[in-house]
Amino acid sequence: MPKVTVKEKAKNAERKPAAIGPDIDLSEYSLQADDHGEIQKLTGLTDEVRERAITVGIDAEESCRSGSFFQMDHSVILAATNQSGLEVMSTTEALKKYEWLTDYWWKAVQVDADKYTARAELQQHHGYFLRALPGAKAEFPLQACLYMGREGMAQHVHNIIIAEEGSELHIITGCTTAQSVKSGLHVGISEFYIKKNAKVTFTMIHNWAENVAVRPRTGTIVEENGVFMSNYICMRPVKTLQMYPAAYCIGENATVRYNTILSAPEGSKMDVGSKVCLRAKGSRAEVVARAISKGGAIVTRGNLIGEVPGIKAHLECRGLILSERGSILAIPELDGRVSGVEMSHEAAVGKIAEEEIQYLMARGLTSDEATAAIVRGFLDIEIKGLPEHLRREIKKAVEMGEKEERIL
Amino acid sequence: MNTSQEKCRDVPLIEIRHLSVSVEGKRVLNDLDLYVMQGETIVLFGPNGSGKTSLLKTIMGIPQYRVESGNIIYRGEDIAERSIDERARLGLGLVFQNPPAVRGVRLKDILRICMEKGGVFKEESIIESADKLNFVDFMDRDVNLGFSGGEIKRSELLQMLAQNPAFVMFDEPDSGVDLVNINLVGKVINELLEKGIREDRRTKAGLIITHAGHILDYVNADRAYVMLNGSVSCSGNPGDILEDIRTKGYEGCVRCRR
Ligand SMILES: Nc1ncnc2c1ncn2[C@@H]1O[C@H](COP(=O)(O)OP(=O)(O)OP(=O)(O)O)[C@@H](O)[C@H]1O
Ligand SMILES: [Mg+2]
Repeated sequence: MPKVTVKEKAKNAERKPAAIGPDIDLSEYSLQADDHGEIQKLTGLTDEVRERAITVGIDAEESCRSGSFFQMDHSVILAATNQSGLEVMSTTEALKKYEWLTDYWWKAVQVDADKYTARAELQQHHGYFLRALPGAKAEFPLQACLYMGREGMAQHVHNIIIAEEGSELHIITGCTTAQSVKSGLHVGISEFYIKKNAKVTFTMIHNWAENVAVRPRTGTIVEENGVFMSNYICMRPVKTLQMYPAAYCIGENATVRYNTILSAPEGSKMDVGSKVCLRAKGSRAEVVARAISKGGAIVTRGNLIGEVPGIKAHLECRGLILSERGSILAIPELDGRVSGVEMSHEAAVGKIAEEEIQYLMARGLTSDEATAAIVRGFLDIEIKGLPEHLRREIKKAVEMGEKEERIL
Repeated sequence: MNTSQEKCRDVPLIEIRHLSVSVEGKRVLNDLDLYVMQGETIVLFGPNGSGKTSLLKTIMGIPQYRVESGNIIYRGEDIAERSIDERARLGLGLVFQNPPAVRGVRLKDILRICMEKGGVFKEESIIESADKLNFVDFMDRDVNLGFSGGEIKRSELLQMLAQNPAFVMFDEPDSGVDLVNINLVGKVINELLEKGIREDRRTKAGLIITHAGHILDYVNADRAYVMLNGSVSCSGNPGDILEDIRTKGYEGCVRCRR
């Protein structure tokens, strides 16, 4: 039988709805975009763009970054690194430069998973290629910003991240729209390859708008002794966000950690999960999610699959419903396929206990202050192994989200 | 001492008059009367379920404890309508018998809150006090989460030091505390109630609930009340009353009421 090409597979899946989440009519979004040229440094961004980028953790001064990638609509306007051993470029360029890159193309995510993956293959608008050469250790994080500046536009990116043996990468990705943009579609494919003894931390902050639809599709392959740590923060309105990134521990002692922080205002639908397949002895996974509904609808999923003995994994999901109209559905799944796996989960969804508010009030806080303190504490998850300035970016994004929503 | 302060000493710091309270539709306090003068340390005895904790929570303003009738007069003002936090800022403090755990709010966070809202205490003195209470290692723990019984008491007392209230209510500060720690607890209560200075110079007063009276080996109390079925049945010398309860149970107090 002739081999089906990637393009053919994509073609066949062009109309295939996703397994989860509301179906999106892709024809509603325009594929037109202006060419934005190039800039030399992020200080060359306009004030408006820069301000939005800062809200998603982008350091416009680039002082504490080992490299930057900036894509505006369909144009890569900057891709540069200042540390040897690291590579930053667009995936289109990387595909031209490295023939071997096809070995990593659609290997951690299936091209025909659904119409969004298919669309990203058939109508790709760049995306970033980040790589650490063997043994290279990034001194500072690499930062990548995916920016949508045009109303009603679709942006389909395909990112590849490779940490070669013994390397270490810290990445912060911020995705956002121009202040004026109300609607749009963002499809982002991300494939991570963490080789033997390599470590990658990936922190992604989203700041969309009321009518933007978002469909990230992410897969990560972790080899022996590799470490992958993913932090995702979305504290701002979005029309519909659905993602269910999956990590595959294929080497012994591979470690995966997912931290997710969500806050859904009224009108926002967020369906976010994390899945880890533990396929090698000694692999470990920890999935932690915190979800707050301020009127929006949240589904928070977790799926741990233990395929061999000697693995250990834990899932934790806590949700707070702060508004009468809000809803949170927590779906934790433990799938042990052999004996000798050790998997557990804890999930709790509810409102803030009146007793806790009263307790803090007895120490002098007003009811509102007490609620805010408890919410802040709720969202403050302990993230181990992350560089201090990334921890600060997360804290900043969470606090900013909290503040802005209160004004609304 | 000037005359206005003098006058202040003649009226109680807090006075409870004919207080009746219900919770979840159930009457827990019945026509209760009690007062505490500035500088005084009062003990409150009473069997389980007699309403001691309910009284303290009512004074603190916990809304589930509904005042049906009567008054709570603090520094001459009826505070029955005031919210919990207003009362805290007016100088009322409560060592909870069973405080809730607050996930994500660390002990050091709540101590900072206490200091900002009430206390004159400094950050350094909190560390010092934590040291005194053998509690420095708990600063980064979520408040009360997984604390042992004795640890809860020390955490509560540390919060009182940070908050520095004028009227401090202690709900069983000695229950579940080991012999070494009860000594520390006693010292802190004495510090909170300014027991080191002459009574007429003190600006604080305290109300201590105790069952076994262990705390009285470390803290001198001026008067005692006994509660039965939601009201005060008798009052008098703390040592005498404790002795009575130890030997005869609450029988004597029942008779006393008649
Ligand atoms: N929130 C509540 N809901 C229902 N019943 C309550 C509540 N609070 C108190 N009660 C009831 O009121 C009565 C008095 O309780 P309270 O806690 O004041 O007693 P106490 O004297 O402090 O007892 P203990 O010595 O056991 O601590 C009890 O019967 C108790 O069950
Ligand atoms: Mg009690």
